[in-house]
Amino acid sequence: MITEGNIIKIAGPVIIADGMRGTQMNEMVKVGNEKLVGEIIELEGDTATIQVYEETAGLKPGEKIESTGGPLYVELGPGIMGSIFDGIQRPLEVIKAKTGDFIERGVDVPSINKDKKWTFKPLAKVGDKVKGGDMLGEVQETSAVLQKILLPPTIEGTVKSIVSSGEFTVEEDIAEIETDDGVKKVQMLQKWPVRKGRPYEEKLDPDVPLVTGQRTQDTFFPVAKGGTAAIPGPFGSGKTVTQQQLAKWSDADIIVYVGCGERGNEMTEVLLEFPELEDPKTGNPLMDRTVLIANTSNMPVAAREACVYTGITIAEYFRDQGHNVALMADSTSRWAEAMREISGRLEEMPGEEGYPAYLASRLAQFYERAGRVNTLGSESKESSVSVVGAVSPPGGDLSEPVTQNTLRICKVFWALDASLADKRHFPSIDWLQSYSLYVDNVQDWWKETVGGDWRAVRNEAMVLLQKESQLQEIVQLVGPDALPDSEQVTLETTRMLREDFLQQNAYHEVDTYCSPSKQFELLNTIVLFQKEASKALERGANSKDLIGLSVKEEIGRLKFVPEDEFPARVKYVQEEIVKQCGEV
Amino acid sequence: MNTDIKTREYTTVTDVSGPLMIVEGVEGVAYNEIVEIETPNGEIRRGQVLEVKKDVAVIQVFEGTSDLNTKNTKTRFTGQTAKIGLSLDMMGRIFDGTGKPIDGGPEIIPEKELDINGNPMNPSARQFPAEFIQTGISTIDGMNTLVRGQKLPIFSGSGLPHNDLAAQIARQAKVVGDDTEFAVIFAAMGITHEEANFFMKDFERTGALERVTVFMNLADDPAIERILTPKMALTTAEYLAFEHNMHVLVILTDLTNYCEALREVSAARDEVPGRRGYPGYMYTDLASLYERAGRIEGKEGSITQMPILVMPQDDITHPIPDLTGYITEGQIVLGRELYRKGIYPPVDVLPSLSRLMSGGIGEDQTREDHIGVSDQLYSAYAEGRDLRDLVAVVGEEALTERDQKFLQFADAFEEEFITQAKDEDRTIEETLDLGWKLLSLLPKSELKRVKEEHIPIYLPGKLI
Repeated sequence: MITEGNIIKIAGPVIIADGMRGTQMNEMVKVGNEKLVGEIIELEGDTATIQVYEETAGLKPGEKIESTGGPLYVELGPGIMGSIFDGIQRPLEVIKAKTGDFIERGVDVPSINKDKKWTFKPLAKVGDKVKGGDMLGEVQETSAVLQKILLPPTIEGTVKSIVSSGEFTVEEDIAEIETDDGVKKVQMLQKWPVRKGRPYEEKLDPDVPLVTGQRTQDTFFPVAKGGTAAIPGPFGSGKTVTQQQLAKWSDADIIVYVGCGERGNEMTEVLLEFPELEDPKTGNPLMDRTVLIANTSNMPVAAREACVYTGITIAEYFRDQGHNVALMADSTSRWAEAMREISGRLEEMPGEEGYPAYLASRLAQFYERAGRVNTLGSESKESSVSVVGAVSPPGGDLSEPVTQNTLRICKVFWALDASLADKRHFPSIDWLQSYSLYVDNVQDWWKETVGGDWRAVRNEAMVLLQKESQLQEIVQLVGPDALPDSEQVTLETTRMLREDFLQQNAYHEVDTYCSPSKQFELLNTIVLFQKEASKALERGANSKDLIGLSVKEEIGRLKFVPEDEFPARVKYVQEEIVKQCGEV
Repeated sequence: MNTDIKTREYTTVTDVSGPLMIVEGVEGVAYNEIVEIETPNGEIRRGQVLEVKKDVAVIQVFEGTSDLNTKNTKTRFTGQTAKIGLSLDMMGRIFDGTGKPIDGGPEIIPEKELDINGNPMNPSARQFPAEFIQTGISTIDGMNTLVRGQKLPIFSGSGLPHNDLAAQIARQAKVVGDDTEFAVIFAAMGITHEEANFFMKDFERTGALERVTVFMNLADDPAIERILTPKMALTTAEYLAFEHNMHVLVILTDLTNYCEALREVSAARDEVPGRRGYPGYMYTDLASLYERAGRIEGKEGSITQMPILVMPQDDITHPIPDLTGYITEGQIVLGRELYRKGIYPPVDVLPSLSRLMSGGIGEDQTREDHIGVSDQLYSAYAEGRDLRDLVAVVGEEALTERDQKFLQFADAFEEEFITQAKDEDRTIEETLDLGWKLLSLLPKSELKRVKEEHIPIYLPGKLI
């Protein structure tokens, strides 16, 4: 049913209209003469409150509101991959072709190219019994991504007809399904409301790590596929670089990168850099497996509220096809602030620091859409959506509501620290504050994949790092010379742990990605130094001599050794450690 | 826009409070529309519609609401959102905070009229900023490199020489190997006459005046007018950069005053306040200014922004510097401790940062060793500073030989690298060589951040 109302009040991104009886909560509407996209967020009698996803300057009371009869949705199908969208899934490239270098409002562009033909290969046959989530066919969308065309979750029945291999647009019918309510035509294009999670069969425990190639994360604070992680940190602590490193190197099949209220130039950097970079696994350009959603900080605030939902819905769509998807949201604080701004305009009673009272539940709902699942369909597939959210706490104060509410939900916490960043210790993840609740889940994977006792070595290193912080306090009081020899050696080892293991240079061609086995051997080598040096001390060696060993420099250069030369090199260095410590 | 209703005049002002005025019985008023207000004694002021509800409009008055009454104040709705007339003749001219000329010169004959709010730049139309700007200041060029199209604010404290630094940058900034000079747009928001004079004299002295456009809202000008000033300046910048292919450097000072004005309006509207009484939308509002820096694919010109803001109580976690830091691509932080030691420019490099540095340096732009030298200086100086705290407790004798070297390095770094004269224009080579000279104070085995192969080339040999 189409309802037409009239604007009665305009205040920033929020407008109020009357004559709206019959519209639904969260229904999408077209606002004013320019048909700006909006969404109903409150209904009261005849009036509706609408948040508008575009700039509202120039709107007047009395202008028309047109309802569309459905909620805000995203379009799903071939043609998503490699695109950059705004917060409500409008492709920015197409907008650019239409309105030039600056985004004008009221641009009506299709989310997915409706004219492009895709090579569709059917997988289902006439007479097959199918239910929601079953594969009808597939489309090789980019070199990296094979899209499975699935039956929408709501349909169940028998395949009455299906097209044979050929070229089709997303809107052409590809199959007819005989259902209890008659014959349904199915296209490649699906629409799905953004605020509603896509269904799955069941949720599974995450037990495979999302390998990121970043030493601090993988070795010390791993996130599992289907897990959730939060990266809070003050500005300048390297949130964005950390996020981008994950987007570049993590071993997910699909990356959805949501730039929520962030800098325009950063999105441009991603846009320029990703097509140039190669996926370390397949050699394909990274852009071929990446979807970007950009609502930069100067784009309309209401669309910022929507953009994380747009992102996660796209992520779920690929999950349903059996892919492992990683979603990076940078930053969820801007999303929360957008909620706060809208809530303020609605004159809602504010909760903590002006944020709406429903902040915690919205955050929880969003992060709960992550997970490792068995998908719908007759042949259920295991797949996952992992979510990594950056948080930008004002003033770096982690006690603020967005950080606290995020931490209550997320299982992994990578705390970025400004003082580490000041020392150019990157990634500036504070190893004492951070935690991961997936260490138990993923230890078997490490054991099987790299061999050796990953858990034991990791814990040993962690104990040393903790000891260091205690020793540093003593050093602050009495000076380093007052420490016994064994502790001076420990301080030397932890310096190596910090400088030669934890620090990782995102801009160094080799160091930017470190495979799990290299990580393990590198850590093993430093721990070996500690062991051998301790043995030497027991024999009566002097800590000064041990600290002055030349093999230390060799350890320091190990992380820059390319993967193929690494095994030989690390073997040599380990032998050298044993030899040199033995000779002291 | 319909011309027949272009100017509708009402005398139905019902409320005047703080910077706001409420007019009733209006028709067809658009959100954000500009209004002209005629006071009872005939003075013309300008305002903007902040909210419309049926036939009631809430208007913010830029020049202040004193003398307005609820009887015969006339309000004319122009049907236009705020616009500015633009022309190349604006260069070398001085305007007030709302864009009217105040230098006694003729009115500008506009070549083009643009909405001062602008439209957001399409991220896929942007070109990534990567052209090194040499400012001649070692702490910036060497360690917090500025590039064309960047927005890099100066975070200062009251009484610190941020104005000297900004003027020095405006004077010295150039792209090596490119002779085109920057067009400078200077927008003053709520600064004193004295400060404004300092800049004007400096522009005059160096002959820069003809390439400077000034928008001046001084401390005794209406506070609400300040909300317009940076938008005027940035619209002019976009015009010069993207219509006339110029490289524009925009200096905005002082953003703290701008935010105070935002807070004043927000408070007058009884809005739910965010942190420290600043409105919840301040992030979005500031972003709509800062994000207007940048470069566009296929266009010659660029907008580089250097906003200055004075941090209340030197507190970097105050909402204004905090939100700014989340939007801008880094920050140059001035430190009071350095200033007290008599160091100019007192750039505290540890909390300073340039996010776009890596794209603007290296072999093709500056020198192959740049990134390594910068990282090494950072970590060595940070270590030296930490050791100072230790020395305060245990005394210098208790330090190891290695640590003493780092301590010496930190002192030398402040005296030689950070310190430079107000007219000293160092080339990037000079800056990097100076960095290497200081690094030679440290044991060679500690130079882990620089590439091994660069050490024999650049490290001064006799000092090893």
